[in-house]
Amino acid sequence: MSEDKKMISIYIIGKKYLVPYGLTIMKAMEYAGYRYIRGCGCRGGFCGGCGTVYRFKDDYKLQSGLACQTVVEENMYLVQIPFFPANKADYNLDELKPIGGTLLKLYPELARCVSCNTCTKVCPQDIEVMDYMQAALRGDIKSAADISFDCIMCGLCAVRCPAEIVQYNIAILCRRLYGKYIAPKTEHVKVRMAEISEGKFDKELKNLMKSDIKILKKLYNERDIEPEESER
Amino acid sequence: MYTQDMIDSINRLEETRGKRMKQELSLLTSKEKDELLHKFHPDYQPGTLRELKIGPNKGERVIHEIANLFEAYSQIDPTKFDISEIDYDIDVLIIGGGGAGASAALIAQEKGVSVLLATKLRLGDSNTMMAQGGIQAADKPNDSPPRHYLDVIGGGGFYNTPELVNVLVRDAPETIVWLEDLGVMFDKENDGTMITIHGGGTSRKRMHSARDYTGGEIMKTLRDEVKNRGIDIIEFSPAIELLTDDEKCTGAILYNLETEEYVVVRAKTTILATGGAGRLHVQDFPTSNHYGATADGLVIAYRAGSPVIFMDNIQYHPTGAAFPEQIVGLLVTEKCRGLGAQLVNNDGDRFIYELETRDAESAAIIKECVESNKGIKTPTGILGVWLDTPMIDIIHGEGTIQKKLPAMYRQYQRFDIDMSKEPLLVYPTQHFQNGGIMVNEKAETKIANLYAAGEVEGGVHGRNRLMGNSLLECIVFGKRAGKNAALKAKEIERGKLTLQHIKRYHIELKDANIEADIMSPMLLPDYRRKETIARMIDI
Repeated sequence: MSEDKKMISIYIIGKKYLVPYGLTIMKAMEYAGYRYIRGCGCRGGFCGGCGTVYRFKDDYKLQSGLACQTVVEENMYLVQIPFFPANKADYNLDELKPIGGTLLKLYPELARCVSCNTCTKVCPQDIEVMDYMQAALRGDIKSAADISFDCIMCGLCAVRCPAEIVQYNIAILCRRLYGKYIAPKTEHVKVRMAEISEGKFDKELKNLMKSDIKILKKLYNERDIEPEESER
Repeated sequence: MYTQDMIDSINRLEETRGKRMKQELSLLTSKEKDELLHKFHPDYQPGTLRELKIGPNKGERVIHEIANLFEAYSQIDPTKFDISEIDYDIDVLIIGGGGAGASAALIAQEKGVSVLLATKLRLGDSNTMMAQGGIQAADKPNDSPPRHYLDVIGGGGFYNTPELVNVLVRDAPETIVWLEDLGVMFDKENDGTMITIHGGGTSRKRMHSARDYTGGEIMKTLRDEVKNRGIDIIEFSPAIELLTDDEKCTGAILYNLETEEYVVVRAKTTILATGGAGRLHVQDFPTSNHYGATADGLVIAYRAGSPVIFMDNIQYHPTGAAFPEQIVGLLVTEKCRGLGAQLVNNDGDRFIYELETRDAESAAIIKECVESNKGIKTPTGILGVWLDTPMIDIIHGEGTIQKKLPAMYRQYQRFDIDMSKEPLLVYPTQHFQNGGIMVNEKAETKIANLYAAGEVEGGVHGRNRLMGNSLLECIVFGKRAGKNAALKAKEIERGKLTLQHIKRYHIELKDANIEADIMSPMLLPDYRRKETIARMIDI
C-alpha cells in the first residue's frame, strides 16, 4: 500500500499538522505530538470518551465521530469534546415505576424534543436516537431500551441537541427500568442461589478443593461437554 | 477493503466451507496441549521472564515488563515528601473506577461508611467497559457450581487457589441476580430463561450476555448507580503510592493528572481495583486493553510489601484484529467462536478445535503463522489467520450477527468490512493479567487493611482465565472487598501516615544497584513519536 507513506494536513484545534494518511484521529494526534489525558479511554469504540467534532475546509457541515474509530482525511479541522456538563437526575431505582411519567418527572426537558433528528445524525453508533427519544416520550420504555442498547454515552447527541436534552442519560434510565421491571422474570438463577445457600453443593465443592492435581486432572479430562447444538 | 491476495485467500476459504462445517475436530489431549504451549505460546519463549532482584517475591521469575516496574523507584522522594496535610479523611478508599471498584463502592456505602472512589481516567474507563462476550454463572439445571469449579481450575492449569475459585463459583448466581436487580439487560428467552452459550473451556453453556456489550452494559449500569448514590468520586487522579503506618495500609497519595498536584488521602481501609497491564505491551504485542491498563496498583502494592502470584504469564486473546491497521489488537470477541465461526488458514483449512482454552488457541494461531507458514499477510506485514464469521449467519440464520454481535459488526462496518459476508483476519493480542496481588476469599491482601479486587488480584484464574470469568471475578471480589473493607473500617481507628515502606524499598533498590532514574508506576503509556519526544524541552 503506497498510500501508507502519503502525508496529509489536518488542523488540531486550529493548528496545522502533517500526519500519515490512514491513521485514526487519535493516532494522528499522538503522531502530531499530543499525549492524552482526557479524550481517550478504551481506544476501541466502547467507552465514549473521545467524541470529536470536525469539519472540512470550505464545507459548512459539522461532522462528528469517535477519535479512536474515525480515520483522518485531508483538511480536517477537528476538536475533541473532553467533557460535557450534562444533566443527570439522581434516583433510587427501587422506588421508580416503569412508566413514561417517571421519565418525564426525572427529565421534564424530554418534552422539549422538537424531532429535529440532529441527535440521530451525529450518533457515531448509528443509533436512531430521535426514535428512542420519541419512544421515551410515548412511555414505550421497552422500545427506548432496545433502540438505545448500543449507546456508549459519548455525549455527542447532547452537545448538539437544541432542546438541551441529555439523550444518553434518559436511555440508561430506560434500560435499567426495562432490565429490572419489564424484562421477563428469571426463576432458574434464584433456584440455584437457594440451593447454594442451603448447602447443596458444599460437600462436592469441599471434595474438589481437597483433591490433588491427579484426581482433578482425571475429573477434568473425563467431564462431559454439553453439545454445541443443544438448546438452552 | 481486502487486498487481492487476501481476496484470493478468502476464495479458498469459501470453497472449503461446506466441507469444514461437517468436519469434527477433537479436543487436544493434555500432552498435545502441553507441547503446543511450550513450543509456541509467548509465555514459554526464552527471555520472557526474569528473576526479581528485590521485594516480597525476590528470586521469583516474572514477566520482564512487570519486573521493570517493580525494580524502579517511587515518583516521590520519601525523605522529603510532605504528607502532614490530609486532604481527605475517610473510612474506605477505593482506587479504580471499573467494574470491581464500582461494585466495591456500592456495597461499602450500603454498610454505612464514608467512601471515596479515585480513578485515573473517568469513572467506568476500564477493561470492564470493553468486555463483550459475557459473564459466567452455573445457574442452569444441567450445570452446577462444582462443574464451574472444575472448568475454572482445568482452564487455569490446575494452579488456581482453591478457596478463591470456591467463592467465585458460589457467588456467581447471586451476582447475576444482583446485576439484574440493578437493571442490567441480560439476554433472555421470552419465558425469562437466560440465554447462555459456551465459551472456550466451558463444559456447560453458562455464558450470560447483554448482546455483545455485556461488560459495557454492566459498567454503565454500575456507573449510573454510583452517581445516583452520591458517592464521592475523584476522576483523573491515579494513586501513585500507598501510605502505611510502617506495617498496615493507612491510605494513599493520589496525583491530579491535570493540575499535577498530589492529594493525601487517609483511609481506614483501602481497596485496590486498578485493573490490568495490557498497555505494557509485553513482547511488543498489541493489546485489547483500555488506555489506563498500566499495572499501577500492582506496583504500589508490591512496593508496600504485598506479594504477587502468577506474574510469570500473561493471557493473549487468540483473536485480536490483525486487519485493518487502524484497529490492530482490538478484540474480536470469543463469542464469534462460541457461535460457530471457525479458524481457517491460508489454504482454507482448519487447524485447531475452536473452543480450546485461550492459551492453546493463541499458541495454535502463532504456530500456523510462524512455523507452518500458512498465515495471511497484510499490506503492513502483519500475519493473521481467518475467522470465518459468515458461518454464524449460515448456522443460526441470516441477521444473527447484526442482532447478537452489534458491536463487532459496527466495528468492521466502519472500515467497510461486512463480517456477515467476509471473514476477519485475526492474531493473538495481549489481553489479561492472569496473576496479580495475592488475596484471600475476603479479598484481603497480605497487608492489613488493604484489599484487592478485579484484574489486579491474582490466584482465582490460575495461569489462564476462561472467557466470562473476569467480569464475574471483578463483581464477586469487588463486592467482597467492599463489604469486608467497610466492616473492618467500622472496627478500627484511623492510622498514622508514613512513607517508611518506600524508604525501605529504595534502600533495597540501591543495594541491588538499580539506577535511580527508573521510576514507576507509569500511569499512562506514551504513544508519541520518538522524534517528537527527542525535541521536547522542559520550561
